[in-house]
Amino acid sequence: MTGASAPFLRIEGVSKTFGTFQAVRDVSLTITKGEIFALLGGSGCGKTTLLRMLAGFEEPSAGRIFLDGQDMTGVPPWERPVHMMFQSYALFPHMTVEKNVGYGLKHERMSAPERADRVRAMLDLVQLTPFAQRKPHQISGGQRQRVALARALARQPKLLLLDEPLAALDKKLREHTQFELMSIQERTGVTFIVVTHDQEEAMTLADRIAVMDRGQVQQVGPPGEVYEHPASRFVANFLGSITQFEATVTAVNGTRARLSVPAFAAEVETGTLPGLAVGEKLTLGLRPEKVALQRDPPDAANVLSGEVKDLAYFGKDSLYRVILPGGGLMSVHAVNARRGGDARPDWHDRVWLSFEPAAAILLRE
Amino acid sequence: MNRRPWFLFTVLCFGFAFFYVPILSMIVYSFNESRLATVWGGFSTKWYVSLLSNRQVGAALVLSLKIAVISASIATILGTLAGIALARFTRFRGRLLFSGLVTAPLVMPEVITGISSLMLFILMADWIGWPGQRGFTTITLAHITFSMVFVTTIVQARMIQSDRAIEEAAMDLGSRPWQVMWDITLPTIFPAILSGWLLAFTISLDDVVITSFTTGPGNTTLPLLIWSKVKLGVTPDINALATLTVLAVGTGVVIAGIILNRAERRRVLDERMAYRSND
Repeated sequence: MTGASAPFLRIEGVSKTFGTFQAVRDVSLTITKGEIFALLGGSGCGKTTLLRMLAGFEEPSAGRIFLDGQDMTGVPPWERPVHMMFQSYALFPHMTVEKNVGYGLKHERMSAPERADRVRAMLDLVQLTPFAQRKPHQISGGQRQRVALARALARQPKLLLLDEPLAALDKKLREHTQFELMSIQERTGVTFIVVTHDQEEAMTLADRIAVMDRGQVQQVGPPGEVYEHPASRFVANFLGSITQFEATVTAVNGTRARLSVPAFAAEVETGTLPGLAVGEKLTLGLRPEKVALQRDPPDAANVLSGEVKDLAYFGKDSLYRVILPGGGLMSVHAVNARRGGDARPDWHDRVWLSFEPAAAILLRE
Repeated sequence: MNRRPWFLFTVLCFGFAFFYVPILSMIVYSFNESRLATVWGGFSTKWYVSLLSNRQVGAALVLSLKIAVISASIATILGTLAGIALARFTRFRGRLLFSGLVTAPLVMPEVITGISSLMLFILMADWIGWPGQRGFTTITLAHITFSMVFVTTIVQARMIQSDRAIEEAAMDLGSRPWQVMWDITLPTIFPAILSGWLLAFTISLDDVVITSFTTGPGNTTLPLLIWSKVKLGVTPDINALATLTVLAVGTGVVIAGIILNRAERRRVLDERMAYRSND
């Protein structure tokens, strides 16, 4: 990754309407050279439309896109230094793997040996050299994905767009491919924009994530920041799981605040938000892994007692749903660090929950 | 005892008999020694010999083939373009009218197409002096107009099935739209274009109605020749001619079937191998 932080790709107030449907609304983003940037959102959130506008298949209804200082408005797809890896891979069925990878190079001014060298280097990069003479239907799904990647990288684009790059692979292959994608990105230094609906994919791959909903960007930031400091209830819900409770501020003291939570039938101590005032109503969010679950009352800032209503055992960890005195239902993720089942709370057991004040996520909206 | 298999078998036999007994009887009678079509006079191949030495039949066959090849080729080019346009551009001014005009010959009675073609040619001859005489050119033109729709339909169906993304991928990799058409679209829909051509060729080759309206003196295609001969009574040489046609068509169908079947089987095998070698 290069250290340069000058905006390499600038998206300025881009909107796209199809008839009366607004697919993308006033999106502005800046992306640095050499970054892996993820556009994350559910289906119909506008992420794919945004990607297609970057590739040049759609023209923005409003706004501009600058790539490396050049205005991309009106530049057709075949003249953009931007290549795309399609979700379906879109390999040319009548061409061999080698011809597929070399297809884009016929528009480059290079000699035949140079071209052959580049194709060889690309096949090497994705470890497909032994399959060069096969047709797309003669290789496996994972191999097809790598052909698509090599083909998109062959012309050394300034920007590589990846549309759901791992969606069509099975779980085992996905994990492997994820790391492979990252290592290829590091070796080539090409800026990647990944569109995905899978939050895990976005978190592991990307340097920064933009969470999109209904055509708008909800939040942009590194995975850790977006996860730990979600800006809205939508983002908090979309990334990971969270239990949310209605709360009222009863006291503010420096960096600490006290909230009355009807679902807990108790007051809890939390961090604060800028301009937080006594009497303000807001949402308190707690991630399941940030809450500790014990059989004996612990010595902590926020302690609640409850009864195990549901439990799901996954082996390495368990998910508990604990009913609280105020009727609230709290999800708790507990790591099964100790072997043997006796110590683990069971259905209908009385348990104690505790969390740090800093673990509480306050959401205004 | 279960009697249903016997019942089904009988029905099947009747079905096949209905289709193929007429053709079989024709083939058998083409080897008839007797001049009368309904009386068996012993085995002979003399009608085949007389057929081969018949100049009229030879000329008609050549004319039919020439018209079929040329009209099928032009209809394939036009029909492919129309099919691509209809499948790819879902919204343009007059699309509905265009698709209606293209597919109209499919439902239009042949007699109407024939008469209207004839009227047009007569009017044009009056106004611009062309075509001076009806024959090869006018038959070919008429055949193009009614066989183009078959190509369009096949190509359009194939285009709708094919993944739009592969064309976009080619564009994304630096190809202009016409290059994409040449490099990607045409090769992927080639089987559809080929079967469209074959269909147009077959339709042109055996057309009687439209040809009879648009032909002129001295231009007799093979179906017209058979038609006019049959009017004077079915003779064994017609049977021989028809037998040869059946033989040619049958061989073609069997070969095409074998090629398609083999390609499909290989593709399935390849795919299975690919998944087995998957890491």
